[in-house]
Amino acid sequence: MVKVVIFAGLFILYSLYSILIYTKGTENAVALSVPEQSKISKGKELFQKNNCIACHQLYGLGGYLGPELTTVYSDKNRGELYMKAFLKAGGQRMPNFHFKDDEVDAIISYLKYVDATAVTYKNPE
Amino acid sequence: MITQAGLQNHTATDKAARSFLILAMSYLLFGLLLGVISGFQYLLPPFLKDQLSFQQTRPLHVYLVITWIFTAAQAGIYYYLPRISNRPLYWPAGAWLHFIMQLGVSVFIITCFFLGYFGGREYLEFPPLLGVFILLSWLPFVINFFFTLKSNYKTAPLYIWMWSTGILFFYITVAESYLWLFEHFRENIVRDITVQWKALGSMVGSWNMLVYGTGMYVMEKTSGDDKTARSPLAFFFYFLGLTNLMFNWGHHTYIVPAAPWVKTVAYVISMTELLILAHLIIQWKKTMQGAKKNYHLISYRLLSYADIWIILNLTLAIAISVPAWNYYTHGTHITVAHAMGATIGINTWLLMASVFYICKNEKAGLLEKRKPLIGKGIIITNISLLIFWIALLGMGLVKISSKLNNEVFALMMQKSKPWFQAFTYSGAVVLIGLFMLVYAAVKILSGSKTGDADKNQPGF
Repeated sequence: MVKVVIFAGLFILYSLYSILIYTKGTENAVALSVPEQSKISKGKELFQKNNCIACHQLYGLGGYLGPELTTVYSDKNRGELYMKAFLKAGGQRMPNFHFKDDEVDAIISYLKYVDATAVTYKNPE
Repeated sequence: MITQAGLQNHTATDKAARSFLILAMSYLLFGLLLGVISGFQYLLPPFLKDQLSFQQTRPLHVYLVITWIFTAAQAGIYYYLPRISNRPLYWPAGAWLHFIMQLGVSVFIITCFFLGYFGGREYLEFPPLLGVFILLSWLPFVINFFFTLKSNYKTAPLYIWMWSTGILFFYITVAESYLWLFEHFRENIVRDITVQWKALGSMVGSWNMLVYGTGMYVMEKTSGDDKTARSPLAFFFYFLGLTNLMFNWGHHTYIVPAAPWVKTVAYVISMTELLILAHLIIQWKKTMQGAKKNYHLISYRLLSYADIWIILNLTLAIAISVPAWNYYTHGTHITVAHAMGATIGINTWLLMASVFYICKNEKAGLLEKRKPLIGKGIIITNISLLIFWIALLGMGLVKISSKLNNEVFALMMQKSKPWFQAFTYSGAVVLIGLFMLVYAAVKILSGSKTGDADKNQPGF
C-alpha cells in the first residue's frame, strides 16, 4: 500500500509541476508585433521542415555537424550576412536548399528572435 | 510453478516474441550502419552529401536505435509475461497486430526520411502525424501487458512496476513532446525548448524503465535470487529513479532563460543520483564476485558489463549536471558520449542479456555452439565502445577549448579531426562487434534444431 501511495504522490507532484512549467517561469520576454510574429513563425516552420536541427543546435538541442545557432545573429564573427550566404548557397557540409529570398528572410527573423531571448546563454548566471 | 498446459500456451506467443526480437535486432544493425555513415560524413564532408545527407542519416540513425531499444524490451516482455503470470497472453492476435503496425509505421517513417519529409524536432524528426501512429501501434502491447498480468501492485516485483512505469510515461512524454503544435508553446521559444527538453528527458527515462525492468527480470532468473526485486532497498532506488525521470530533465535547460527555480529543482534532483552511484560502488565487490562466478553465463556476463557502463555514465551524468561545468559541456560531444555510452553500454547490453537469455531457454544447445563467437563479439564491442566514448569526450574538450578561445567553427572542426577519426573507425568496429552478436542470436532463434531447451525446467 505504501508503494502505491508514494507513486500516486509523486505522480501528482509531477502533474502539478508540469502545469507550472507550461504556464509560469517560461514567459516570452521579447515583445513582438503581429507581422514580426508571422514572419518568425514562417521561419520556424521552414527551420523544422528542412530538419535544420539535424546539424545545428538551438539551446543545445540538435546535431553537431554544423555550428550552434542560438546566438548566431549577434555573434561578431557571423551575423546576418554570414547566415544569408550559407542559406543561399550552402557550404562544404551544408546542402544548398535553394531557399527563395523571402524564405531566407523568414529564417533569419526566426534566428534573430531566438538570439534576442538568449540572455542567460550570453551571460551565464 | 509453470504447468504443462501453461507451457503449451506459450508457443504462439513465443513465436511473436522471437519475431519482435529479430525485428528489433534489424533496427539495431541498420541504425548502427547509418551511424557509421554519419561518422564518415564528419570525416569526409562531401560524402553522400547530395544522395543521403546528414540531414537524413542522423534522423534515420536516431529513430532506428531508439526503436531497437523499445522493440527489444517489448519482445522480452511478450516472452516473459505468460511465464510470470502463468497464464496465456490475453490477446495473442494483438501481439501480431502490434508487430504489423510497428513494421508499417517504421516503413512510413524511413520512407519519409529518404524522401525528405521532416517534422524537424529532436528525436522525433518525422512528420508529427506519425507520432500518433506510434502510440496507436503500442495499444495492443498495452492491452496484453495489463490484462495478462492483472497485477496486484502491492505485492508485484519491481520489474513489473518498472515496465508499467515505462509504458505510462512513454505515452505521457510522446504526447507532451507534441505540445508545440499549440500556439501557446510554439510561439514562445523559451517555453517550447523547455517543454521539449522536459518531454525528451523523461521519455528517455521511460524506455530506461522498460530496459532496466527487463535487466532485473533476467538477473533474477539467471542468478536465482528472487528476493532483490521485492526488497525495500530496490524499491527505494526505483522511487529515486522515478523522481529523476520526472524532475531532473531541467539540467538540460541551464542555458535556457527559464526561471531560476526550474534549474534549482533540476540541480537538486540530479544530485540525488549520487546515492545511486554510491550504492553501485559499495556493491562493486559483490558485483565482480558474481560476474567471476557466472562468467560462463552469457546473460550474466552482459549484465555485469552493463554495470561497469552504468558507473562510467552515471559519473559523467552527475559531473555534467553541475551548472558551472554544464555551461561548457552542454552542446558538446560530451553530452553525446553520455547518450551513446548509455544507449550501447547500458541499454544494449541489458537487452542483449535478455536476447541471449531467451536463446538459452529456447535452444540451449545452439547457444553453447555459438558461445565463442558471442564472447568475441562482446569483447570487440566493449573495447571499441570505450575508444568511441573517449573520442567523443575528446571532441567535447576541443569544442570547449575553442569556445574559451573564441575560435571559429571551421577551426574547431579542423582541430577535432583526429578525434573524428577515432570516433568513426571505432564506431565501425562497434558495428562489427554487435553484428557478431546479432548474427549468433538470429542463427540460434531461427535454427531448426531445438537444442537442450531449459524451458521445461521447473522454476523457469
